[in-house]
This record gives sequence, structure tokens and C-alpha cells, in this order.
Amino acid sequence: MAESHIPHPDLPPPANVIGVFGWLHRNLLSSPLNIALTVLALYLLSITILPLLNWAVFDAAWSGETRADCQAHSGACWIFIQAHFDQFMYGFYPEAQRWRVNTAVLLLVLSAAPLFVRAIPNAYKVRLGLGLLVIYPIIAYMLFKGGLFGLSGVDTRRWGGLFLTLVIAGVGMTAALPLGVLLALGRRSQMPAIQTLCVTFIEFWRGVPLITVLFMSSVMLPLFLPEGMNFDKLLRALIGVTLFQAAYMAEVVRGGLQAIPKGQFEAAAALGLGYWKIMALIVLPQALKLVIPGIVNTFIALFKDTSLVLIIGLFDLMNIVHNATTNPEWLGFSTEGYVFAAAVYWLFCFSMSRYSQSLEKRLHTGHKR
Amino acid sequence: MNTAKSLTISLIAASLLASASAVQAGATLDAVRKNGFIKCGVSDGLPGFSYADEKGNYSGIDVDVCRAVAAAVFGDAKKLKFTPLTAKERLTALQSGEIDVLSRNTTWTSSRDSAQGLNFTGVTYYDGQGFLINKKLGVKSAKELDGATVCVQAGTTTELNLSDYFRANKMKFTPISYDKSDESAKALEAGRCDVLTSDQSQLYAQRIKLAQPDQYVVLPDVISKEPLGPVVRHGDDDWFDIVKWTLFAMVDAEELGIDSKNVEEMKKSTNPDIKRMLGVEGDKGKDFGLANDWIAVVIKQVGNYGEIFERNVGKGSPLKIERGLNALWTQGGLQYAPPVR
Amino acid sequence: MTEHTASLPPKPPFWNNPQIRALIFQALALIATVAFGWTIFDNTQDNLHRLGIASGFGFLSSPSGFDIIQTLIPYSATSSYGQVFWVALLNTLLVSALGVVLATLLGFIIGVARLSKNWLIAKLALVYIETFRNIPLLLQIFFWYFAVLRAAPAPRQSLSLGDAFFLNIRGLYLPAPQFQPGFGWVLAVLGSAVVLVLVLARWARQRQMATGQPFPVLRTALALLLGLPLAAFWLTGSPLHWEYPELRGFNFQGGLAVIPEMASLLLALTIYTAAFIAEIVRAGIQAVSHGQTEASFSLGLSSHLTLRLIILPQALRVIIPPLTNQYLNLTKNSSLAAAIGYPDLVAAFAGTTLNQTGQAIECIAITMAVYLTISLLISLGMNWYNQHVALVER
Repeated sequence: MAESHIPHPDLPPPANVIGVFGWLHRNLLSSPLNIALTVLALYLLSITILPLLNWAVFDAAWSGETRADCQAHSGACWIFIQAHFDQFMYGFYPEAQRWRVNTAVLLLVLSAAPLFVRAIPNAYKVRLGLGLLVIYPIIAYMLFKGGLFGLSGVDTRRWGGLFLTLVIAGVGMTAALPLGVLLALGRRSQMPAIQTLCVTFIEFWRGVPLITVLFMSSVMLPLFLPEGMNFDKLLRALIGVTLFQAAYMAEVVRGGLQAIPKGQFEAAAALGLGYWKIMALIVLPQALKLVIPGIVNTFIALFKDTSLVLIIGLFDLMNIVHNATTNPEWLGFSTEGYVFAAAVYWLFCFSMSRYSQSLEKRLHTGHKR
Repeated sequence: MNTAKSLTISLIAASLLASASAVQAGATLDAVRKNGFIKCGVSDGLPGFSYADEKGNYSGIDVDVCRAVAAAVFGDAKKLKFTPLTAKERLTALQSGEIDVLSRNTTWTSSRDSAQGLNFTGVTYYDGQGFLINKKLGVKSAKELDGATVCVQAGTTTELNLSDYFRANKMKFTPISYDKSDESAKALEAGRCDVLTSDQSQLYAQRIKLAQPDQYVVLPDVISKEPLGPVVRHGDDDWFDIVKWTLFAMVDAEELGIDSKNVEEMKKSTNPDIKRMLGVEGDKGKDFGLANDWIAVVIKQVGNYGEIFERNVGKGSPLKIERGLNALWTQGGLQYAPPVR
Repeated sequence: MTEHTASLPPKPPFWNNPQIRALIFQALALIATVAFGWTIFDNTQDNLHRLGIASGFGFLSSPSGFDIIQTLIPYSATSSYGQVFWVALLNTLLVSALGVVLATLLGFIIGVARLSKNWLIAKLALVYIETFRNIPLLLQIFFWYFAVLRAAPAPRQSLSLGDAFFLNIRGLYLPAPQFQPGFGWVLAVLGSAVVLVLVLARWARQRQMATGQPFPVLRTALALLLGLPLAAFWLTGSPLHWEYPELRGFNFQGGLAVIPEMASLLLALTIYTAAFIAEIVRAGIQAVSHGQTEASFSLGLSSHLTLRLIILPQALRVIIPPLTNQYLNLTKNSSLAAAIGYPDLVAAFAGTTLNQTGQAIECIAITMAVYLTISLLISLGMNWYNQHVALVER
């Protein structure tokens, strides 16, 4: 009878390294310090999240028409938001004409959707994207402003709410990108005069706060223009925002340009391409691809900065919410108003930053460990 | 204009044409006629003076002055575009030509008339600076305000008068200045400041916007002279005359008993003053470059001074302000207009 | 020979010569810029002249006529507009300096918490960062000012702590130190203690280099810095009194007052900027590879020394440039004070002064120049630092 060696079956791992307990032990209770931190965290949670939930959800007034419906509830009065919702979205845009804003948004979503489908080849995306950049603003402007094709004119003074915020952010972005690319090219140029001009421009705009730029556009720009020439307030703000944004954009693009190896320039020049062709066909496509996350990040910053137009009296989302909190019929709901505005801004900024992070991951596959 | 300049300008103009509107130099009237409307700068929300309801329709004394000018120029009081302006923006907006006339409870002072390139056309409202305070503090006079925290609108004459008054009476105070009058009112309500100072008319207007208007009183003290009136740019006398005389005509109309209801009947009057005013006799309108019956149109569409006052801030309004200094001179007030002749 | 020359291609026309092209191009750009600048200058001159607006900086010496809620230097309504400028500038610098210190502290704590092995703490830090950096700063300022601090009680119902600290809607009131004549001695002793510590640190380092014997510098230094001034304080008969705030009339009088405008601005700036600083700190620490720690441990350094001598110096090299950028942002962002009535440079000078005088161009130009100067100074400092800590590559 041949004796064979039968090993004992492996002992199961101790209960405190696997499963839920293992996880808890590893992540929350591994040392006295760790336990203390966990307790601290739980305490922080209990003093913030619980009252917040109570206020925002359980004790809140969700349905009703007037201020009186909120009196019975100790929590948030979301009726305030419901009552002003249309105003928060469209500002003072005439009610009968709001379909125009909706149409433009829908149009943008539908036409931009293919850009986010991975199955579509990049060549098409680029063409579609560039086409959109040129054509869409024209269509949108005609829809918003009206005065053509039987659409009644809507003065820019009546634009407001989230709609105006998106207009400022959108225009600021699309106008700043090409300007920023030119500035970045100028800063990297071999020509001393061009370089100095671009550096001065960029450093000037980056060195001053946006609020002074807006001030300047609202009180000084009129003095710079020849007598009798005049822009409306929104356009002046847009000019200020665009110039400001272009300077930041230029620095992002410059980062991309610097990352392109010199060999690319030399190879392109050896093929006999001129400066603009080298840039447009060889360098910029690579450089811009590299800095897409950076561009998205400046866009997030711009989106948040649009709230500053409140200072010069434009009724963007921020201002219209602020304004609604001073409505004598709805006094005392400023917290609700600000929380709502914060949630909207947060939603936009957070999803954009997530998008930029996922892009970063996708674009940098080669360098990951 | 040399070529370089015109080239640059046309470049800017071409690239930014979107909402740029070209206005001829000098003659505001021509520009206004060409546009087909008057660009009128008003307050960003002051009930009784200029206030936009939820649909964006404006009303108030200051608004009616603009409507009267539009009636005078176009024969139609609706040919207007309103630009709501903060106290900070208002003067530059006028200087730069963004608006044609500023009718925004602006105080007539020497420095504004001289150094700041403006012309005041008259006084729509004789006002004085006062204080609005919570009743429960038990203050009866401004002299008892030593040590108080005072809310005031930044960049106004109010801010200067406030400092002068406390300094002259050897009292201390803490100023808090906000850009918007709404914010000052909100701060008063929250208790951030003890007392709100502004022109008395504004205080009445602010008070009705508070949650509990009855809790607050306007103190009897008046610490300054604040003649409020419409303003135009310095250097365009024709336009200046039109705005000035629109104002005078409305005061004269009240004195002569012409109002929006009886204006058609009054045209048959035998009183030569009335005949001249309503354009039945003479050609007073032509001298201004306006229609001959322009005053009649103004009165018919907008009303005389008394009607405007009562409708917006007087008995017919929530503000319920007494005529006081703003009564006609014949009734012991200060409203006195030169004759139309 | 002649054949050879003939086969040479004709010389390209001069406008295809890159050097000449560059010259022409630059000349055109310069001319365009100058023409543009001149047009603006000329228009402005025209406009000012036409409108009869006086120009120049003469207004800076005329009396301002208005009061300001918070002044760090003597100021009254009879002071000049020039004095308003200094008051406003100091207010901006005050809130920026405090904000920088607080945001750095909070940011480092959150950044380290983000890397904590404790799952809950790490997630809390993540939630903090993602929440506060994605909400506009202005909104946060409004939230603190209009929603939170407006809910504070009226002066008569103030929350108080030991009758020395009071919180109400008018602000936070603290006891103010009152320096008596002998206090100069205490300061002098403090100064000499600092010098002494510097000398000691130098000596200790030299000794360690020479003999390998470490010296407990930190403990000695603390003892010197605290002990000597305290002794002097006691010897000179406690030349420091406290002035307590007291409710008199409408408000608390005396003591130090932190106005709610400043408190909410500072809170918002700190919380917002700390979220960005936390991310910078996290990235900086993660940039130091784990091999460095392992190598340090295998050399026998303690974990404390590893942190101080190996990790921090390397992490700081990554952290400091973006950190200064955040400081600069914070300073620029402090200009949002204008929205809530804190008298900073933009509110009191580019706002109120501009409005009272009508000197739009001068006021905005001065304001912009100040911010530009600050940002240039910080950039210069940054460049100096970068050269100082740059890796010396061999």
C-alpha cells in the first residue's frame, strides 16, 4: 500500500482579512489612529449630512403654489424654485418665444451627439465639429435675437437665466479658442516683435481680475470708441470675457505646442511645407489633441466665471436667482435659491471635469504604468 | 478723419457689427429720429420712479418723463427703449451715448453739470435725504443716531451728505455701502444696519418693498437738498431744449388746468396761453423742430405733471407721498415753469 | 564655368526671403498695434474733450467726502482720494494675506486627508474637493454672506463667549490688545531671541556635519522663542492690556471687529482655494515615487526623517509653483468683495471713487496696474525659486 502524501487543505484566511469585515478592518480600523479618524469622520458626517438631508429632503416643502404652502414645513421651500423655475432658465425672455431657446438647445444636442460616439471615425468628427463651430452660432444668434424670417426681435436685455449663462460661456469659448491658438503661435514665434506683443497681451489679461475687465468693458469701452459708436451691454461683456479667456487659452495651447518634438517641425519643413501648413496640418492637430483636457478645464473655469457678469448687471443664472431672493413676496428663501444655483453650476462643472478626466485617460494610454 | 483711423474703425465695426448701432455725431434728435426710438436710462428697480413688472413693463415718474419726450418727438409715447442702470453705471452710460436721456432720480449738482459732461434739464422731483429706521429702536430724530450703522448706496451724493451730516453734528457712524438699493434694503431688514439713508422718495419706495413696511418709519429730518431731474449730454443744445421744455410744458399744463382727459376740449379754449400751448395758435413747435401740437400730444398720451405725480407716487399709488415741495408755486410748492410763448 | 552659373535657378524674389518676410510681417504688426492704440487714445481724447470730462491724476489729492467701514490706516471723510486708494489696497492685501494662510492650512489638511489610508476620511476629502471647486466662488460668497451670516442674531442678542468674544449680525467682536510703553522691551527681546535661534541652528548644523552629533534644535528654539519674551514680559510688569468690546448704544464699541463682509469673503476664499490646494498637495505627494521611501528606510532613516528630508523637499518642488498660482488667483478673486460691500480696491477705489469723481480711465488703470504689479512680483519670485530649487543635472 503506497502511502501518498495528502496535504491538509488550506486554512481559510482569518475572518478579519476577507469580506466585509476584512474591508472594514483594512480601511477603517487598522490602527488606533485609524479608528480615531473613522470616529471623527462619522461625527463630521452626522453633524453635516443628517441635518442637510432633513432640511433638503424630509422636512422640505415640495408641492404647492405660494409662500403660504411653505409655512408648515421646517425644511427647504422648493416651491420657491418651482415658482421661479422658468425665470431661472430663460430670464425675461418672452414666454411665447421660449420655444426658440429650446429649439436651439435641442439642435445643438442633436448635432453634437455624433461627436461623442466612438464608432464614428475621427475624420468625420473633425469636419462636423468645425462645421458646427462656424454654422451653429449663426443659426443660434438668428433664433435668439430674431428680427428675421418673421421671428419677432428679442432685445438682448431680456436674455437671462441659465440660457444667458450658456450663451456667455459658449461664445467666450468658441471665440477664445482660435484667438488663443493665434496668441500661442505668436508667443512661440521666432519674430521678436510678434513675440513681445503676444507675451504682453497674454500676461496683461492673466494678471488682472476678470471683474476689472468687466468693469472696463462696461464703463471704459464706450470712451474708447469713436463718438456715436455703441455696443450693447451683453456684447461688451462678451468682448471682455473673450479677451480674458483667450489669454488663458493661449497658455494651455502653448503647453501643447511645447510638447511636440522639434523633429516634427523639421520633418515637415524638409517636405517643403510653409509655416502655416506646418502648423495647420502637422503641429496643431497633435498639440490640440494633447491639450483637450486643459481646454476643458479652462472652459470649466470660464463657466464658473460667467457668474461675475452680475457685477455689471446682466441677469445670468446667478443674478436672476439673487434677484428672486429679493422678491418681497418670497423673502427669506435665499438659501434655497443659492443651493439650487449651486446645484446647477455643480452639475455642469462636475460632468465636464469627469469628461475631461476620462478623455485624459483615453488619450494617454501609452504612458500609463 | 484720416485713412488709418477710418480703416481701423471700419475693421472694428465690421468685426463687431452684431449689435453696434451707428449714431450721428452731435445731433441727438436726428439720431433718435433715425432709430425710431429714444434710448432712456432708468433705475434698476424703484417703485414709483421706475420699476419693471414681471412682464418687463416699466412705470413711474422717471419713466413717464421719457414717455413724454417720446410723445413730443414721435407723437407716440411708446417709441422708447429702457436701459436699467445702477447708480454706478448711469453717468458713463449717458456720456458714452448708450442712452439719449437719463431719467433716473439723479441729483442735480454743480460738479455733474460741469466736470462730468452732463446737462440737467430741470427738476421732476424736489427731494431731500432722509433716514428709514425700524420703529422698535425708538429713534425720533436723526440727531439720536450717534454710533449707528448706516446702509447707503455706493457712489451717490447720499454717501457724501451722510458723512457731512455726521461730521457736522460731531457724531460717529459705521457706513456700509452697497451697489444696489435692493441690497441696502435687504441689509436693513436683516438688521445688518440700524438705519438706511437715501432720498426720502426712495425711502418710501424701498419701504413698500420690505416684508413688514409698517415696522419702519422715515425720520422727519431732511439733511440735504436733492433736486432730481432728467439729464442729457453736454453740448447738444437742441436735444437739451426738447427735454427741458417737455418737462416745463407738463408743469405749465397743470397750472393752466389742462390734463389728459380735457385736452381736446381745451383746444377750443379762448385763453391765448392755452391756445399757444396746444398749438392752436402760433407755431411754437417748429422752433424745436417738432410738430406744432406736440404739447397737446404729450399731455394726451402721458398727462400733466400733477397727473404723473399722483399716479406714480401720490395718492393713486402705494407710496402715498404728499405733494409738499412738489406742489405748483401757486399752491405753495416749488414747481414753477417758464411760460410757453 | 559659365555653363554652371547659367544652370543656377533664378534668385527667388525678395518677398520669398524668410528674413525679409519676417521683417515686413513684424513691421505690419507693429504698425497695426500702434494705429490701434493711437485710435483708441485719440477717440478717448475726443470723447473726454467733447464731454468736458477733466482728466489726469489731480483728483487724487482732493478730499473724498465719504467714509469707509474698515480702515487699517487713519482715514476720515476729509482725507484725500489718494488715501482712499491706500485704505482700499490695504484691505485687499489684508483679506488676501489671511486667505492665503488659511487656505494653505486647510488645503494641506484636506490634501493629506485625500491620501489617508482611512477610506471614510479619503472619501470625505474627495467630496469636499469635488463640491467646492465646482461651484462659482461668487455664489459661495453670496451663500455665506446672505444666507449664513445674515442669520446671525441682532447686537442685543449676541452670542457671547466669556463676555470677551461676541458674534452678531454686525460681525465678530474680539478683545483688542492695548500696548503699554514697556512693550517695546518685550519686542526687542523677541527679536534677539530670533537672532539667537538662527545662530544656534547654524552652529548645530556645522557640529553635525563635523561630528555627526545631532542637536535638538527645534526644542531649544521653541524654549528660547517663548521663554525669553515671557520673562521680559513679566519683568517689565505685563505692559499689555486687553480692551473688551462693549454694547453701547446701537453697536458694540471697542475691541477688534471682524465685519461680516470680510468674514464671508474670507470664508469663501479659503474654502474655495483650499479645494484647489488640496489637489495640488495630493499630486505633489503622489509625484514622489514609493521607491524613495523604501530607499530611505533601507538607509535606516526614521519615518519622521524620511518625511522631512526625502519626501517633503521633493514634493514641495512639485507643489510650490502651482501653489503660488493659487495664491495669485486668490488675490485676484478677492476683488469679488465688490459684490458684498467689502471696501477692497475694486469696491472702494474702482467703484466708489470712480463714481464720485467720474475719472473712469484713471481709476481702472490704477487698479489694473496694482493687480499687474502683484502678479508680476509673484512671477518674479516664482522664477527665482524655480532656479533655486531646480535639479542640478550632471
